[in-house]
Amino acid sequence: MNWVNAIVQGIMLGGLYALFACGLSILFGVVRVVNLAHGDFAVLAAYLALVVISTSHVPVLLAVIIVAPLFAVVGYVGQRLVIQRSLDVSPLTTLLVTFGLSVVIQNALLVFFSADSHSFDVGALISASLRVTPELSIGYVSLIIFVTAVVLLIGLQLFLSNTAIGRQIRAAADDQEAARIAGVDTRHVFGIAAAIAFGTVAIAGIALGIYSSFDPSAGPPRLIYAFEAVIIGGVGSIWGTLAGGIILGVAQAIGAQIDPSGGVLAGHLVFLAVLALRPQGLIRARLAA
Amino acid sequence: MLEVRNLTVRHGYLQALTNIDLSVSAGETLAIIGANGAGKSTLLRAIVGLHRPSAGTMALDGRAITMLPPHARVRAGIALVPEGRRLFPSLSVEENLMIGTASGRRGTWDVGRVFELFPWMKERRREPTIHLSGGEQQAVALGRALTASPRLLLLDELSLGLAPTVVRRIYGVLPQLVSDGMAVLLVEQDVAQALRVADRFQCLLEGRTTLEGRPKDATPQQIEAAYFGLAGRNESGSVA
Repeated sequence: MNWVNAIVQGIMLGGLYALFACGLSILFGVVRVVNLAHGDFAVLAAYLALVVISTSHVPVLLAVIIVAPLFAVVGYVGQRLVIQRSLDVSPLTTLLVTFGLSVVIQNALLVFFSADSHSFDVGALISASLRVTPELSIGYVSLIIFVTAVVLLIGLQLFLSNTAIGRQIRAAADDQEAARIAGVDTRHVFGIAAAIAFGTVAIAGIALGIYSSFDPSAGPPRLIYAFEAVIIGGVGSIWGTLAGGIILGVAQAIGAQIDPSGGVLAGHLVFLAVLALRPQGLIRARLAA
Repeated sequence: MLEVRNLTVRHGYLQALTNIDLSVSAGETLAIIGANGAGKSTLLRAIVGLHRPSAGTMALDGRAITMLPPHARVRAGIALVPEGRRLFPSLSVEENLMIGTASGRRGTWDVGRVFELFPWMKERRREPTIHLSGGEQQAVALGRALTASPRLLLLDELSLGLAPTVVRRIYGVLPQLVSDGMAVLLVEQDVAQALRVADRFQCLLEGRTTLEGRPKDATPQQIEAAYFGLAGRNESGSVA
Protein backbone atom coordinates (compact mmCIF):
# COMPACT_ATOMS: atom_id res chain seq x y z
CA MET A 1 0.00 0.00 0.00
CA ASN A 2 3.00 2.28 0.50
CA TRP A 3 3.64 2.00 -3.22
CA VAL A 4 0.10 3.01 -4.11
CA ASN A 5 0.47 5.88 -1.72
CA ALA A 6 3.75 6.94 -3.32
CA ILE A 7 2.23 6.85 -6.79
CA VAL A 8 -0.82 8.86 -5.74
CA GLN A 9 1.33 11.48 -4.00
CA GLY A 10 3.55 11.54 -7.09
CA ILE A 11 0.57 12.22 -9.35
CA MET A 12 -0.51 15.08 -7.09
CA LEU A 13 3.01 16.56 -7.17
CA GLY A 14 3.05 16.09 -10.94
CA GLY A 15 0.15 18.51 -11.23
CA LEU A 16 2.32 21.21 -9.66
CA TYR A 17 5.18 20.38 -12.01
CA ALA A 18 2.85 20.59 -15.01
CA LEU A 19 1.68 23.99 -13.78
CA PHE A 20 5.28 25.15 -13.73
CA ALA A 21 6.01 23.61 -17.10
CA CYS A 22 3.08 24.77 -19.23
CA GLY A 23 4.27 28.39 -19.40
CA LEU A 24 7.75 27.26 -20.38
CA SER A 25 6.27 25.00 -23.03
CA ILE A 26 4.05 27.74 -24.49
CA LEU A 27 6.81 30.34 -24.58
CA PHE A 28 9.15 27.89 -26.28
CA GLY A 29 6.53 26.42 -28.60
CA VAL A 30 5.10 29.75 -29.78
CA VAL A 31 7.71 32.49 -29.30
CA ARG A 32 10.75 30.14 -29.55
CA VAL A 33 12.19 31.60 -26.38
CA VAL A 34 13.77 29.50 -23.67
CA ASN A 35 12.98 31.49 -20.56
CA LEU A 36 15.79 30.70 -18.14
CA ALA A 37 14.18 33.02 -15.57
CA HIS A 38 10.93 31.00 -15.58
CA GLY A 39 11.50 29.51 -12.11
CA ASP A 40 12.63 32.85 -10.72
CA PHE A 41 9.48 34.53 -11.95
CA ALA A 42 7.51 31.88 -10.06
CA VAL A 43 9.42 32.71 -6.89
CA LEU A 44 8.99 36.43 -7.56
CA ALA A 45 5.23 35.88 -7.80
CA ALA A 46 5.29 34.05 -4.48
CA TYR A 47 7.11 36.98 -2.83
CA LEU A 48 4.67 39.40 -4.39
CA ALA A 49 1.81 37.36 -2.91
CA LEU A 50 3.63 37.47 0.43
CA VAL A 51 3.70 41.28 0.27
CA VAL A 52 0.03 41.42 -0.73
CA ILE A 53 -0.94 39.13 2.16
CA SER A 54 1.16 40.88 4.79
CA THR A 55 -0.02 44.38 3.83
CA SER A 56 -3.72 43.72 3.24
CA HIS A 57 -4.24 40.51 5.27
CA VAL A 58 -6.21 38.84 2.49
CA PRO A 59 -6.30 35.02 2.36
CA VAL A 60 -3.80 33.38 0.02
CA LEU A 61 -6.50 32.43 -2.48
CA LEU A 62 -7.37 36.09 -2.99
CA ALA A 63 -3.66 36.89 -3.35
CA VAL A 64 -3.56 34.46 -6.30
CA ILE A 65 -6.44 36.31 -7.94
CA ILE A 66 -4.53 39.59 -7.56
CA VAL A 67 -1.01 38.40 -8.44
CA ALA A 68 -1.72 36.09 -11.41
CA PRO A 69 -3.45 38.74 -13.61
CA LEU A 70 -0.78 41.24 -12.61
CA PHE A 71 1.86 38.79 -13.76
CA ALA A 72 -0.01 38.19 -17.02
CA VAL A 73 0.22 41.94 -17.68
CA VAL A 74 3.92 41.89 -16.76
CA GLY A 75 4.35 39.00 -19.21
CA TYR A 76 2.64 40.85 -22.06
CA VAL A 77 4.56 44.09 -21.51
CA GLY A 78 7.84 42.27 -20.86
CA GLN A 79 7.44 40.27 -24.05
CA ARG A 80 6.84 43.33 -26.18
CA LEU A 81 9.45 45.59 -24.57
CA VAL A 82 12.24 43.19 -23.62
CA ILE A 83 12.00 39.69 -25.08
CA GLN A 84 10.78 40.75 -28.54
CA ARG A 85 13.61 43.26 -28.84
CA SER A 86 16.23 40.67 -27.94
CA LEU A 87 14.49 38.20 -30.28
CA ASP A 88 14.90 40.73 -33.11
CA VAL A 89 18.65 40.75 -32.45
CA SER A 90 19.19 36.97 -32.31
CA PRO A 91 17.79 33.88 -30.55
CA LEU A 92 20.98 33.63 -28.52
CA THR A 93 20.39 37.11 -27.14
CA THR A 94 17.10 36.00 -25.58
CA LEU A 95 18.98 33.25 -23.76
CA LEU A 96 21.41 35.80 -22.34
CA VAL A 97 18.63 38.24 -21.47
CA THR A 98 16.54 35.67 -19.60
CA PHE A 99 19.67 34.34 -17.85
CA GLY A 100 20.44 37.90 -16.80
CA LEU A 101 16.89 38.37 -15.55
CA SER A 102 17.25 35.19 -13.50
CA VAL A 103 20.38 36.51 -11.75
CA VAL A 104 18.85 39.94 -11.19
CA ILE A 105 15.61 38.55 -9.71
CA GLN A 106 17.43 36.17 -7.35
CA ASN A 107 19.75 38.87 -6.04
CA ALA A 108 17.06 41.53 -5.79
CA LEU A 109 14.95 39.12 -3.72
CA LEU A 110 17.97 38.39 -1.54
CA VAL A 111 18.49 42.11 -0.92
CA PHE A 112 14.86 42.91 -0.14
CA PHE A 113 13.69 39.73 1.60
CA SER A 114 16.91 38.06 2.93
CA ALA A 115 17.64 34.38 2.41
CA ASP A 116 14.96 33.22 4.87
CA SER A 117 12.48 30.76 3.47
CA HIS A 118 8.77 31.45 3.59
CA SER A 119 5.55 29.57 3.11
CA PHE A 120 1.89 30.54 3.02
CA ASP A 121 -0.34 29.93 5.99
CA VAL A 122 -3.53 28.15 4.99
CA GLY A 123 -4.59 27.31 8.54
CA ALA A 124 -5.91 23.88 9.40
CA LEU A 125 -6.20 22.96 5.72
CA ILE A 126 -2.48 22.19 5.53
CA SER A 127 -2.81 19.06 7.67
CA ALA A 128 -6.32 18.02 6.62
CA SER A 129 -6.59 15.10 4.26
CA LEU A 130 -9.06 13.00 2.39
CA ARG A 131 -8.98 9.42 3.65
CA VAL A 132 -9.50 7.18 0.64
CA THR A 133 -8.70 3.86 2.35
CA PRO A 134 -7.31 3.25 5.86
CA GLU A 135 -3.79 3.38 4.44
CA LEU A 136 -4.20 5.93 1.66
CA SER A 137 -5.00 9.54 2.29
CA ILE A 138 -4.55 12.57 0.09
CA GLY A 139 -3.83 15.96 1.57
CA TYR A 140 -6.42 18.57 0.63
CA VAL A 141 -3.68 21.02 -0.29
CA SER A 142 -2.10 18.62 -2.82
CA LEU A 143 -5.53 17.72 -4.14
CA ILE A 144 -6.51 21.37 -4.60
CA ILE A 145 -3.24 22.15 -6.36
CA PHE A 146 -3.60 19.11 -8.61
CA VAL A 147 -7.20 19.92 -9.52
CA THR A 148 -6.25 23.58 -10.14
CA ALA A 149 -3.44 22.47 -12.45
CA VAL A 150 -5.66 20.10 -14.43
CA VAL A 151 -8.49 22.63 -14.71
CA LEU A 152 -6.05 25.33 -15.85
CA LEU A 153 -4.46 23.07 -18.47
CA ILE A 154 -7.85 21.96 -19.80
CA GLY A 155 -8.92 25.59 -19.92
CA LEU A 156 -5.75 26.51 -21.76
CA GLN A 157 -6.29 23.70 -24.25
CA LEU A 158 -9.87 24.82 -24.88
CA PHE A 159 -8.68 28.40 -25.29
CA LEU A 160 -6.08 27.38 -27.87
CA SER A 161 -8.51 25.12 -29.72
CA ASN A 162 -11.63 27.24 -29.81
CA THR A 163 -10.87 30.95 -29.76
CA ALA A 164 -9.70 33.25 -32.54
CA ILE A 165 -6.63 34.33 -30.60
CA GLY A 166 -5.86 30.69 -29.70
CA ARG A 167 -6.01 29.84 -33.40
CA GLN A 168 -3.65 32.71 -34.15
CA ILE A 169 -1.26 31.49 -31.45
CA ARG A 170 -1.17 28.03 -33.06
CA ALA A 171 -0.72 29.52 -36.54
CA ALA A 172 2.17 31.70 -35.36
CA ALA A 173 3.74 28.67 -33.66
CA ASP A 174 3.51 26.73 -36.95
CA ASP A 175 4.89 29.37 -39.29
CA GLN A 176 5.48 32.87 -38.02
CA GLU A 177 6.02 34.50 -41.40
CA ALA A 178 2.99 32.87 -43.00
CA ALA A 179 0.92 34.04 -40.03
CA ARG A 180 2.10 37.63 -40.48
CA ILE A 181 1.17 37.79 -44.15
CA ALA A 182 -2.18 36.15 -43.40
CA GLY A 183 -2.96 39.12 -41.16
CA VAL A 184 -1.86 37.94 -37.71
CA ASP A 185 -0.19 40.58 -35.54
CA THR A 186 2.47 38.19 -34.27
CA ARG A 187 3.88 40.63 -31.72
CA HIS A 188 0.49 40.89 -30.06
CA VAL A 189 0.05 37.10 -30.26
CA PHE A 190 3.47 36.55 -28.68
CA GLY A 191 2.49 38.99 -25.96
CA ILE A 192 -0.65 36.96 -25.25
CA ALA A 193 1.42 33.75 -25.14
CA ALA A 194 3.81 35.40 -22.66
CA ALA A 195 0.84 36.63 -20.61
CA ILE A 196 -0.40 33.02 -20.36
CA ALA A 197 3.08 31.81 -19.45
CA PHE A 198 3.53 34.44 -16.73
CA GLY A 199 0.01 34.09 -15.34
CA THR A 200 0.36 30.32 -14.99
CA VAL A 201 3.87 30.52 -13.51
CA ALA A 202 2.59 33.00 -10.91
CA ILE A 203 -0.07 30.50 -9.86
CA ALA A 204 2.58 27.77 -9.80
CA GLY A 205 4.88 29.88 -7.63
CA ILE A 206 2.16 30.60 -5.08
CA ALA A 207 1.13 26.92 -5.13
CA LEU A 208 4.74 26.06 -4.34
CA GLY A 209 4.60 28.40 -1.36
CA ILE A 210 1.50 26.61 -0.06
CA TYR A 211 2.75 23.10 -0.81
CA SER A 212 6.22 23.58 0.64
CA SER A 213 8.35 26.71 0.96
CA PHE A 214 10.34 29.15 -1.12
CA ASP A 215 13.41 31.34 -0.80
CA PRO A 216 15.23 33.59 -3.29
CA SER A 217 17.19 30.68 -4.77
CA ALA A 218 14.21 28.32 -5.17
CA GLY A 219 13.73 29.23 -8.85
CA PRO A 220 16.45 27.29 -10.74
CA PRO A 221 15.51 23.82 -9.36
CA ARG A 222 11.88 24.54 -10.42
CA LEU A 223 13.16 25.47 -13.87
CA ILE A 224 14.94 22.10 -14.12
CA TYR A 225 11.78 20.18 -13.17
CA ALA A 226 9.74 22.25 -15.61
CA PHE A 227 12.25 21.56 -18.38
CA GLU A 228 12.12 17.86 -17.60
CA ALA A 229 8.32 17.79 -17.64
CA VAL A 230 8.30 19.58 -21.02
CA ILE A 231 10.90 17.26 -22.55
CA ILE A 232 9.26 14.09 -21.19
CA GLY A 233 5.83 15.12 -22.42
CA GLY A 234 6.85 16.65 -25.75
CA VAL A 235 7.46 20.31 -26.51
CA GLY A 236 4.41 22.38 -27.33
CA SER A 237 1.78 19.86 -26.27
CA ILE A 238 -0.42 20.83 -23.35
CA TRP A 239 -1.49 17.25 -22.63
CA GLY A 240 2.13 16.18 -22.98
CA THR A 241 3.12 18.73 -20.37
CA LEU A 242 0.54 17.36 -17.94
CA ALA A 243 1.67 13.79 -18.65
CA GLY A 244 5.33 14.83 -18.33
CA GLY A 245 4.71 16.53 -14.99
CA ILE A 246 2.87 13.51 -13.63
CA ILE A 247 5.53 11.05 -14.82
CA LEU A 248 8.23 13.18 -13.21
CA GLY A 249 6.25 13.44 -9.97
CA VAL A 250 5.58 9.69 -9.84
CA ALA A 251 9.23 8.89 -10.63
CA GLN A 252 10.37 11.13 -7.80
CA ALA A 253 7.85 9.66 -5.37
CA ILE A 254 8.79 6.07 -6.25
CA GLY A 255 12.49 6.94 -6.06
CA ALA A 256 11.98 8.44 -2.63
CA GLN A 257 10.10 5.29 -1.58
CA ILE A 258 13.09 3.14 -2.57
CA ASP A 259 15.59 5.44 -0.93
CA PRO A 260 14.56 8.58 0.99
CA SER A 261 17.24 10.66 -0.72
CA GLY A 262 16.76 9.13 -4.16
CA GLY A 263 13.63 10.97 -5.29
CA VAL A 264 15.20 13.78 -7.29
CA LEU A 265 17.75 11.41 -8.83
CA ALA A 266 15.01 9.02 -9.97
CA GLY A 267 13.23 11.91 -11.68
CA HIS A 268 16.40 12.91 -13.52
CA LEU A 269 17.01 9.29 -14.60
CA VAL A 270 13.52 8.97 -16.09
CA PHE A 271 14.08 12.28 -17.87
CA LEU A 272 17.40 11.05 -19.28
CA ALA A 273 15.82 7.76 -20.36
CA VAL A 274 13.08 9.61 -22.26
CA LEU A 275 15.61 11.96 -23.81
CA ALA A 276 17.72 9.01 -24.97
CA LEU A 277 14.91 6.72 -26.17
CA ARG A 278 12.23 9.16 -27.31
CA PRO A 279 13.75 12.61 -27.75
CA GLN A 280 10.60 14.04 -29.32
CA GLY A 281 8.72 13.38 -26.06
CA LEU A 282 5.84 11.03 -25.31
CA ILE A 283 3.23 13.10 -27.12
CA ARG A 284 4.51 14.40 -30.39
CA ALA A 285 1.86 16.97 -30.99
CA ARG A 286 1.71 20.55 -31.97
CA LEU A 287 -0.20 23.01 -29.85
CA ALA A 288 -3.74 21.78 -29.40
CA ALA A 289 -3.57 19.36 -32.31
CA MET B 1 -5.21 50.95 -56.79
CA LEU B 2 -1.66 49.87 -55.98
CA GLU B 3 1.02 52.38 -56.85
CA VAL B 4 4.67 51.40 -56.44
CA ARG B 5 7.23 54.11 -57.18
CA ASN B 6 11.02 53.78 -57.46
CA LEU B 7 11.10 50.71 -55.26
CA THR B 8 14.60 49.57 -54.35
CA VAL B 9 15.25 46.58 -52.09
CA ARG B 10 18.64 45.33 -50.96
CA HIS B 11 19.61 42.00 -49.44
CA GLY B 12 22.84 42.97 -47.75
CA TYR B 13 25.16 44.07 -50.55
CA LEU B 14 22.96 42.59 -53.25
CA GLN B 15 20.51 44.95 -54.84
CA ALA B 16 17.49 42.71 -55.47
CA LEU B 17 15.20 45.37 -56.95
CA THR B 18 16.20 48.66 -58.57
CA ASN B 19 13.79 51.55 -59.15
CA ILE B 20 10.74 49.43 -59.86
CA ASP B 21 7.59 51.31 -60.89
CA LEU B 22 4.37 49.39 -60.96
CA SER B 23 0.66 50.00 -60.78
CA VAL B 24 -2.42 47.81 -60.75
CA SER B 25 -5.95 49.13 -60.96
CA ALA B 26 -9.22 47.63 -59.74
CA GLY B 27 -10.40 44.64 -61.77
CA GLU B 28 -7.05 44.32 -63.48
CA THR B 29 -4.64 41.37 -63.54
CA LEU B 30 -0.95 42.16 -63.78
CA ALA B 31 1.58 39.37 -64.29
CA ILE B 32 5.19 39.70 -63.22
CA ILE B 33 7.38 37.36 -65.24
CA GLY B 34 11.09 36.78 -65.15
CA ALA B 35 13.77 34.15 -64.71
CA ASN B 36 14.93 32.76 -61.37
CA GLY B 37 16.50 35.48 -59.27
CA ALA B 38 14.95 38.29 -61.31
CA GLY B 39 13.40 39.70 -58.12
CA LYS B 40 9.80 38.58 -58.57
CA SER B 41 9.32 37.08 -55.13
CA THR B 42 11.27 39.93 -53.51
CA LEU B 43 8.83 42.35 -55.15
CA LEU B 44 5.83 40.51 -53.67
CA ARG B 45 7.50 40.27 -50.27
CA ALA B 46 8.19 44.01 -50.33
CA ILE B 47 4.56 44.74 -51.22
CA VAL B 48 3.26 42.67 -48.28
CA GLY B 49 5.79 44.18 -45.91
CA LEU B 50 8.25 41.33 -45.31
CA HIS B 51 11.11 43.34 -46.84
CA ARG B 52 11.78 46.93 -45.91
CA PRO B 53 12.63 48.87 -49.08
CA SER B 54 15.79 50.98 -48.99
CA ALA B 55 14.07 53.50 -51.26
CA GLY B 56 10.74 54.11 -52.92
CA THR B 57 7.11 54.33 -51.90
CA MET B 58 4.04 52.11 -52.02
CA ALA B 59 0.44 53.29 -51.79
CA LEU B 60 -2.88 51.48 -51.82
CA ASP B 61 -5.83 53.59 -52.98
CA GLY B 62 -3.72 56.67 -52.39
CA ARG B 63 -2.84 55.73 -48.81
CA ALA B 64 0.87 55.26 -48.08
CA ILE B 65 1.63 51.72 -46.90
CA THR B 66 5.43 51.78 -47.17
CA MET B 67 5.94 51.76 -43.40
CA LEU B 68 3.08 49.45 -42.38
CA PRO B 69 3.84 46.02 -40.87
CA PRO B 70 2.45 42.96 -42.75
CA HIS B 71 -0.70 42.48 -40.66
CA ALA B 72 -1.66 46.14 -41.10
CA ARG B 73 -1.29 45.78 -44.87
CA VAL B 74 -3.70 42.83 -44.77
CA ARG B 75 -6.13 45.07 -42.90
CA ALA B 76 -5.57 47.74 -45.57
CA GLY B 77 -6.60 45.17 -48.21
CA ILE B 78 -3.54 43.30 -49.47
CA ALA B 79 -3.47 39.50 -49.25
CA LEU B 80 -0.78 37.14 -50.50
CA VAL B 81 -1.01 33.49 -51.49
CA PRO B 82 2.60 32.61 -50.71
CA GLU B 83 4.88 30.38 -52.72
CA GLY B 84 4.71 26.82 -51.41
CA ARG B 85 1.26 27.54 -49.90
CA ARG B 86 2.53 27.80 -46.31
CA LEU B 87 -0.63 26.38 -44.70
CA PHE B 88 -0.66 25.86 -40.94
CA PRO B 89 -0.28 22.10 -40.31
CA SER B 90 -1.76 22.10 -36.82
CA LEU B 91 -4.90 23.89 -38.01
CA SER B 92 -7.83 22.29 -39.83
CA VAL B 93 -8.95 23.41 -43.29
CA GLU B 94 -11.61 25.66 -41.80
CA GLU B 95 -9.24 27.08 -39.17
CA ASN B 96 -6.71 27.91 -41.89
CA LEU B 97 -9.42 29.83 -43.71
CA MET B 98 -10.45 31.62 -40.51
CA ILE B 99 -6.90 32.92 -40.00
CA GLY B 100 -7.59 35.19 -42.97
CA THR B 101 -10.00 37.15 -40.76
CA ALA B 102 -7.32 37.73 -38.09
CA SER B 103 -6.48 41.19 -39.36
CA GLY B 104 -9.96 42.35 -38.39
CA ARG B 105 -10.75 43.47 -41.94
CA ARG B 106 -14.39 42.92 -42.81
CA GLY B 107 -15.60 42.74 -46.35
CA THR B 108 -17.52 40.75 -48.87
CA TRP B 109 -15.63 37.50 -48.28
CA ASP B 110 -15.94 35.02 -45.46
CA VAL B 111 -15.43 31.31 -44.92
CA GLY B 112 -18.92 30.53 -46.25
CA ARG B 113 -18.22 32.24 -49.56
CA VAL B 114 -14.97 30.30 -49.96
CA PHE B 115 -17.02 27.11 -49.46
CA GLU B 116 -19.30 28.30 -52.29
CA LEU B 117 -16.26 28.80 -54.50
CA PHE B 118 -14.78 25.39 -53.60
CA PRO B 119 -17.72 23.20 -52.51
CA TRP B 120 -15.53 20.16 -51.66
CA MET B 121 -13.92 22.16 -48.85
CA LYS B 122 -17.09 22.25 -46.77
CA GLU B 123 -17.21 18.49 -46.28
CA ARG B 124 -13.50 18.33 -45.49
CA ARG B 125 -13.34 21.45 -43.32
CA ARG B 126 -12.40 19.58 -40.15
CA GLU B 127 -9.51 17.69 -41.73
CA PRO B 128 -5.90 18.74 -41.24
CA THR B 129 -4.46 20.23 -44.42
CA ILE B 130 -1.76 17.56 -44.73
CA HIS B 131 -4.52 15.14 -45.81
CA LEU B 132 -5.18 17.26 -48.90
CA SER B 133 -3.59 16.98 -52.34
CA GLY B 134 -1.30 19.73 -53.60
CA GLY B 135 -4.04 21.33 -55.67
CA GLU B 136 -6.47 21.21 -52.77
CA GLN B 137 -3.89 22.77 -50.49
CA GLN B 138 -3.36 25.53 -53.03
CA ALA B 139 -7.11 26.16 -53.06
CA VAL B 140 -7.10 26.44 -49.24
CA ALA B 141 -4.16 28.88 -49.44
CA LEU B 142 -6.16 30.94 -51.94
CA GLY B 143 -9.22 30.72 -49.67
CA ARG B 144 -7.17 31.89 -46.68
CA ALA B 145 -6.17 34.99 -48.63
CA LEU B 146 -9.75 35.57 -49.80
CA THR B 147 -11.28 35.48 -46.30
CA ALA B 148 -9.26 38.65 -45.63
CA SER B 149 -11.49 40.32 -48.30
CA PRO B 150 -8.55 41.80 -50.17
CA ARG B 151 -8.71 44.72 -52.61
CA LEU B 152 -5.44 43.46 -54.05
CA LEU B 153 -4.67 39.75 -54.29
CA LEU B 154 -1.06 38.66 -54.75
CA LEU B 155 -0.34 35.19 -56.14
CA ASP B 156 3.18 33.81 -55.85
CA GLU B 157 3.93 30.82 -58.11
CA LEU B 158 0.44 29.37 -57.92
CA SER B 159 1.24 26.65 -60.49
CA LEU B 160 4.43 25.38 -58.86
CA GLY B 161 4.42 21.59 -58.49
CA LEU B 162 0.83 21.18 -59.69
CA ALA B 163 -0.57 19.25 -62.66
CA PRO B 164 -1.69 21.43 -65.60
CA THR B 165 -5.36 20.52 -65.19
CA VAL B 166 -5.22 21.48 -61.51
CA VAL B 167 -3.51 24.76 -62.38
CA ARG B 168 -6.23 25.56 -64.93
CA ARG B 169 -8.95 24.84 -62.37
CA ILE B 170 -7.42 27.17 -59.79
CA TYR B 171 -6.78 29.94 -62.30
CA GLY B 172 -10.35 29.37 -63.46
CA VAL B 173 -11.70 31.19 -60.40
CA LEU B 174 -9.74 34.39 -61.15
CA PRO B 175 -12.34 35.90 -63.54
CA GLN B 176 -14.95 35.71 -60.76
CA LEU B 177 -12.63 37.59 -58.44
CA VAL B 178 -11.63 40.37 -60.81
CA SER B 179 -15.23 40.88 -61.94
CA ASP B 180 -15.88 42.03 -58.36
CA GLY B 181 -13.23 44.70 -58.77
CA MET B 182 -10.42 42.85 -57.05
CA ALA B 183 -6.99 43.61 -58.47
CA VAL B 184 -4.65 40.66 -59.01
CA LEU B 185 -0.86 40.76 -59.12
CA LEU B 186 0.65 37.41 -59.97
CA VAL B 187 4.14 36.05 -60.21
CA GLU B 188 4.64 33.00 -62.41
CA GLN B 189 7.56 31.04 -63.76
CA ASP B 190 5.15 29.50 -66.25
CA VAL B 191 5.17 32.47 -68.64
CA ALA B 192 2.53 31.06 -70.99
CA GLN B 193 0.14 30.57 -68.09
CA ALA B 194 0.81 34.06 -66.78
CA LEU B 195 0.27 35.73 -70.16
CA ARG B 196 -2.95 33.77 -70.69
CA VAL B 197 -4.66 35.21 -67.61
CA ALA B 198 -3.08 38.68 -67.41
CA ASP B 199 -4.36 41.99 -68.79
CA ARG B 200 -0.84 43.40 -68.59
CA PHE B 201 2.58 41.99 -67.87
CA GLN B 202 5.85 43.30 -66.61
CA CYS B 203 9.10 41.41 -67.18
CA LEU B 204 11.89 41.65 -64.62
CA LEU B 205 15.56 40.94 -65.17
CA GLU B 206 18.12 41.31 -62.40
CA GLY B 207 15.78 43.51 -60.40
CA ARG B 208 14.83 45.93 -63.21
CA THR B 209 11.85 46.15 -65.52
CA THR B 210 12.92 45.15 -69.03
CA LEU B 211 9.56 45.02 -70.78
CA GLU B 212 5.96 45.85 -69.99
CA GLY B 213 2.71 45.97 -71.86
CA ARG B 214 -0.23 43.86 -72.97
CA PRO B 215 0.38 40.20 -73.76
CA LYS B 216 -1.24 40.48 -77.19
CA ASP B 217 0.96 43.42 -78.16
CA ALA B 218 4.26 41.70 -77.41
CA THR B 219 5.89 39.24 -79.76
CA PRO B 220 7.42 36.03 -78.34
CA GLN B 221 10.81 37.31 -79.54
CA GLN B 222 10.42 40.54 -77.56
CA ILE B 223 9.43 38.65 -74.42
CA GLU B 224 12.26 36.19 -74.83
CA ALA B 225 14.76 39.01 -75.25
CA ALA B 226 13.44 40.79 -72.15
CA TYR B 227 13.31 37.57 -70.14
CA PHE B 228 16.87 36.49 -70.86
CA GLY B 229 18.37 39.95 -71.30
CA LEU B 230 19.37 39.41 -74.91
CA ALA B 231 18.57 42.97 -75.95
CA GLY B 232 20.36 46.02 -74.57
CA ARG B 233 19.63 45.57 -70.89
CA ASN B 234 19.82 49.21 -69.87
CA GLU B 235 16.90 50.41 -71.89
CA SER B 236 13.47 49.77 -70.53
CA GLY B 237 11.19 48.44 -73.23
CA SER B 238 7.55 49.14 -73.77
CA VAL B 239 5.11 47.60 -76.21
CA ALA B 240 1.92 49.28 -75.07
